[in-house]
Amino acid sequence: MKIRRRDFLKGVAAGTLLLAAEQNPAQAKGARKELPPNAVGILYDSTLCIGCKVCEYACKQANNKPVEHGSPSEPMWDDPQDLSAKTLNIIKRYGVEGQKDSAAGFAFVKRHCMHCIDPACVSACPVSALVKNSDNGVVTYNKKACIGCRYCQVACPYNIPKFEWDSPFPEIVKCQLCSHLLAKGGISACCAACPTGASLFGPVEKLRAEAKRRLAMQPGEYYDFPVADINGTEVQQHRAGGYVSHVYGERELGGSQVLYLAGVPFASIGLPDLPEDSYVALADGIQYAIYKGMVYPLVVLGGLIYIIRNREDKKE
Amino acid sequence: MQERQALGGKVLTIPFKVCAAIVLIALFFLGKRFIFGIGSVTNMNDGYPWGIWIAYDVVVGTALACAGYSIALIVYVFNKGEYSPLVRPALMTSMFGYTLAGVSVIFDIGRYWQAYNIFLPWLSNLHSVMFEVALCIGTYILVLWMEFAPTMLEKFKADQLKARLNRVIFVFIALGILLPTMHQSSLGTMMLMAGHKLSPLWWSGFLPLLFLITAVVIGYAAVIFESLIASVAFKRPMEMHLLSKISALMPWLLGIYLVIRIEDVNLRGFLPLAFEGGLLGNLFLLENLLLLSALLILAYPSNRRNPQLLFIASCAMLLGGSMYRFNTYIVGFDPGTGWQYFPSVSELFITLGIIAAEVMAYLWFVKTLPVLPKLTKA
Amino acid sequence: MKEQDFARIREHLDGISRRDFMKFCTVMAAAMGLPLEVAPQIAAAVTAPQRPPVIWLSGSACTGCTESLLRPSHPSLEHLILDLISLDYNETLNAGAGHQAEAALQASIKKNTGKFILVVEGAIPLKDGGVYCMVGGKPFSEIVNETAAKAAAVIAIGSCAAWGGVAAAKPNPTGCVGAPEFLKGKTVVTIPGCPPNAYNFLSTVLHFLTFKKLPALDDKGRPKFAYGRLIHENCERRPHFDAGRFAIKFGDEGHRKGYCLFKLGCKGPMTFANCPAILFNDVGPGAWPVGTGHPCFGCTEEGVGFNLPLHAQADLKYITPGAAYPHIVSERGEGASVGAVALVAGVAGVALGAGVAVAKNLGRTGEGSSSEGE
Repeated sequence: MKIRRRDFLKGVAAGTLLLAAEQNPAQAKGARKELPPNAVGILYDSTLCIGCKVCEYACKQANNKPVEHGSPSEPMWDDPQDLSAKTLNIIKRYGVEGQKDSAAGFAFVKRHCMHCIDPACVSACPVSALVKNSDNGVVTYNKKACIGCRYCQVACPYNIPKFEWDSPFPEIVKCQLCSHLLAKGGISACCAACPTGASLFGPVEKLRAEAKRRLAMQPGEYYDFPVADINGTEVQQHRAGGYVSHVYGERELGGSQVLYLAGVPFASIGLPDLPEDSYVALADGIQYAIYKGMVYPLVVLGGLIYIIRNREDKKE
Repeated sequence: MQERQALGGKVLTIPFKVCAAIVLIALFFLGKRFIFGIGSVTNMNDGYPWGIWIAYDVVVGTALACAGYSIALIVYVFNKGEYSPLVRPALMTSMFGYTLAGVSVIFDIGRYWQAYNIFLPWLSNLHSVMFEVALCIGTYILVLWMEFAPTMLEKFKADQLKARLNRVIFVFIALGILLPTMHQSSLGTMMLMAGHKLSPLWWSGFLPLLFLITAVVIGYAAVIFESLIASVAFKRPMEMHLLSKISALMPWLLGIYLVIRIEDVNLRGFLPLAFEGGLLGNLFLLENLLLLSALLILAYPSNRRNPQLLFIASCAMLLGGSMYRFNTYIVGFDPGTGWQYFPSVSELFITLGIIAAEVMAYLWFVKTLPVLPKLTKA
Repeated sequence: MKEQDFARIREHLDGISRRDFMKFCTVMAAAMGLPLEVAPQIAAAVTAPQRPPVIWLSGSACTGCTESLLRPSHPSLEHLILDLISLDYNETLNAGAGHQAEAALQASIKKNTGKFILVVEGAIPLKDGGVYCMVGGKPFSEIVNETAAKAAAVIAIGSCAAWGGVAAAKPNPTGCVGAPEFLKGKTVVTIPGCPPNAYNFLSTVLHFLTFKKLPALDDKGRPKFAYGRLIHENCERRPHFDAGRFAIKFGDEGHRKGYCLFKLGCKGPMTFANCPAILFNDVGPGAWPVGTGHPCFGCTEEGVGFNLPLHAQADLKYITPGAAYPHIVSERGEGASVGAVALVAGVAGVALGAGVAVAKNLGRTGEGSSSEGE
C-alpha cells in the first residue's frame, strides 16, 4: 500500500512538473481563428475624418441612446468624452498642442467595438452572453444570459465593453455593428451618416483590399473614395493624405473586422502596438492543456480517492 | 479519534458586538447597492471594473480560506494523522471564507438574479476561465459544508447520520483537494487575458502556477496564524509541535515561488522596472521581501519552535502572498484610458462587514460546536 | 473732432446727434478690430475739412457692390458715404452723365493726383483688346491703368474686382481678370464678396483716412480684420457641426431646427469672410445666407465661389475642434477620498496594533506548552 501511494505521489509530482514546463507561453497556444465567411466590418480612415461627429449622433439615434454631457456639473453640451453605457461610438481628437493654425495639427479617431476575429470578451464570458456570429462575425450581447461579472471589461484589449454602473439592473453596453439594421439589409448607422467616407462599411475582404489601395496612393493626388458602403455607388473625390504604412486591425491580436488607416502614428491616437498572438489563445491554450476532456483532473481525483480510502481503511 | 469540544462561554462579547455594528453599517450600504446600482456605493468604473470586492474578498479571501485545503493535503495525502487537531478549525475558517467569498460575488455581479445561468449547460462557455472558477468555487463551497457537517452532526448527537456520512466522506475530501488546485491556479489564468493592461511585473505565463503556490503558502500561514491567535485569545496551550513541523515545509515552497517569480520577470527583461522607484516597482520588491523574510526566519529549526517568530513569519507570508494576488488584480492593472480607482467608504464598509460577519460566525461556532480539541489535564 | 467741423457735416447727416456720430465711429473701430479709443481719431478724420476723394470705376460688374453700400438701413450712413467721403465719380450715382461725367472725372483726377482713392468694381476683360467693356469709347482696362497710376490707393471691391468673380466664371469668354492680377506690382486692397459687406469697405476707407495707411492685409490683399478667419470658425451653427447635427435635405427636421448645413454643401469651412459676425443690411440676426437656411457658396473665395458646385461638399481648410473635444486619454475616476484613506489607515492601524500585541504575548510565553494527548 505504502509503495503504491509513494509511486502515485511521485507520478503526480512528475505530472505537475510536466505541466509547469508546458506552461512555456510560446508553446501553450490555441489554433489561430479564421475570418467568418461573410464577415462585415468598417474601414475607418483617419485622414478623411473631419471630426464632425455625425456618426456619434447617428449611432445614438439608431441605438436609442440618450444625450451625454462631457461635464456632468455643467450639462450644456451633447459632448460625451468617451465610450460609456450611453455612448457606443466616439470620435476623439489627437492634436498638437499650442499650434494655432493647426492645419497639420489634428487627427481624429473613431472608437467602438473592433469585432475581433478572436474576441477576448467572447472567450471570457462564462455564460456566453457575448457571442460571435459564425456568419458575419458580429459580436453581439445577450442581456438574458449576462450575469454582470464584467470579466469582458477586464479581458477586452481595447477597453470597449461598458457597464451601467448607475442602474440596479445593469447591462454591458457596446457597439454591435447595428446588427438590427444589418438584419434588414441595411448598413451600420455610423457609416451611412458619414459625409466624407471616413467610415466605410462592407465585407472585410473588400475593406482590406481598399485599405491596400489607399496605402499605394500618391499623397496630394485626387482619387475616388467610396462613401458609406463599399458595395454602393456613392463616391467622392478627395486628395490622398499621407498614410502611415500599416493597416491597423489586420493582424493585431489575431485581427479584427474593424480596420484603421491613419496619417499619424497609431499609438498617438490610442491604438496600441499589440502582438499578433492574442492573449485569448494563450489562456485557452493553458486551460486546454490541463482540462482537455477533464482527463488530468479525473486522473488526479481517482488517485486521491484511492489514497484517502486506503488511509481510512488502514486506520479503523 | 480526536475528541473535540465546544469552547463554551459568552458569545455576545465586546468583539462580537463591534463586529455586529460593522455588519449593520454594511447592510445599510448593501441596501443602497441593490436599490441604486453598484455605482452608487463603489468607485468601480469602466477602467477598473473589478475593485476590492473581487481583488480582496474573492482573490485574497479564498486564499486566506485555503487553510482547509493546505491541511487536507498534509493529513490525507501525506497521511500525517497527527495533524488532525488542526483539521476542524481549518475546515471551519475555510468554509466561512469561501462561503463569504461566494456571497461577495453575488454582491459584486451586476445581474445577480441570473447568477444561476452559470449552471445552465446550454449557456456554459467551456473556454471561459471564469466559468471554471465559478463552478469550482461553487462546488467547493458545497464540499466544505459537507466536510464540516460531521462537526455539526456531533453537536446534535445525530450519530447514525454521522456514521453514514463518514462512509462517503472520502469523496468530498478528495474533491476538497482537487477543486482548490483547479480554481486557485485558474484565478491566475484569469488575469492572463488582461495582457498588456497588466504591468509586466505581474503579467506572466506562470500566473496559474504562482497563484497556486501562493494559495498553498497562504493556506499554511493561515493555519499557523489562526492557531496561535486562538491560543492567545482563548488562553489555550499552543499546538507548537504541530505548527513547527508544518512550518518546516514553508522555506521550500517559498524558495520555489521566489525563484520562479523573480527569474520569470528577469528572463522577460523587466526586472529593472522593480528598481525604478515607482509605486509598482516598490510594491514588487515589498511583496517578495516579505516572502523572503519569512523564508529566512523559518529556515532555522530553532526559529520554528519560537511562537513569536512563527507568528511574525506567518504574518509576513500572509501579507506577501496576499499582496501578490491583490496587486495582480488591481494595482498592477492599468487599462491606459486615464481612469483611476480607490475604493469608496461604502465599498470598504461592505468588505469590512463581510470580514466582521466571518469573525462573528467563527466566534459563535467555536463556542457552540465541537471544533477545537478537547483539553486533557496533565 | 472740432465742434465747427462736426457742425458743418451735421446738416448732411440728417441732423445726426454728436453722440450717435461717435457711436458710429466706435462701431467702425470695433469692426476693424481696433481699440475703441481710436474712435475719436476716426471722427476727426471723417470731419476734417481736407478729405481725399474717392473715384469709383465700374467694369464688368453687376453694380451689386454699389448697391450694397446703400443697403445699410441706418439712413445717415448713405449720406456719410456719398457726401462725406466725397465720392467724386460713380457711374451709378453720378448726377450727370455722358461727356459731363467724363469731364468731372478728369478734373477730379487732375486736381487730386496722388491723393485720391481708386475703387474698382467689377472685373476687367482683356480678350480681344478689352473690347468687351467700353466706357466713353475707351476699353475699361485702359481706364483702370491710367487712373490707378495716379491713385494713392486702389481698392478692388467685390469678388469680380478681387479675382474675377462671376464675370470670370468658366469658360470666361471675355478673358476677365481681377484688379490685382491686372495691376501687377501695385498694392491693391481687395474686399471680395458677392456682394461684400458694406462695412468692410467702409472700415478700410476710414482706416486709410484716419491713419494714412491701409489696414493689415493678407497675401491676397484682403484686410485681415474682415477676412482673417474662416466662416466656419464664426458660424452660429458651429455647435451643431461639432455635435454632428446636420440638415440632410432642405425642409427636413434638421433644416427646420437650424442644424449645420455642411452636408448641403456649405463652403463655410473653406471660405474666409466675416459674414456671420457682422451680417448684412442692419436688419438683425440671421441676415446672412446660412442664417436664412441656405449653405454658403464661398462667394469671397477664389476657386470656391462660382467654381465649386453649390451643393458639393467642402474641404475643411483648417481643423479646429472645440476646447471640450474629447482627447485620446482623459483623466477620470474617483481617486482616494479623505474618508476612504482614513478608514483604510484606521483598519490597518488596528490590525497592526493587534498583531503586535499578539506577538508580544507570544514572546512572553516563550516556547509554548503543547497540548497533551493527541
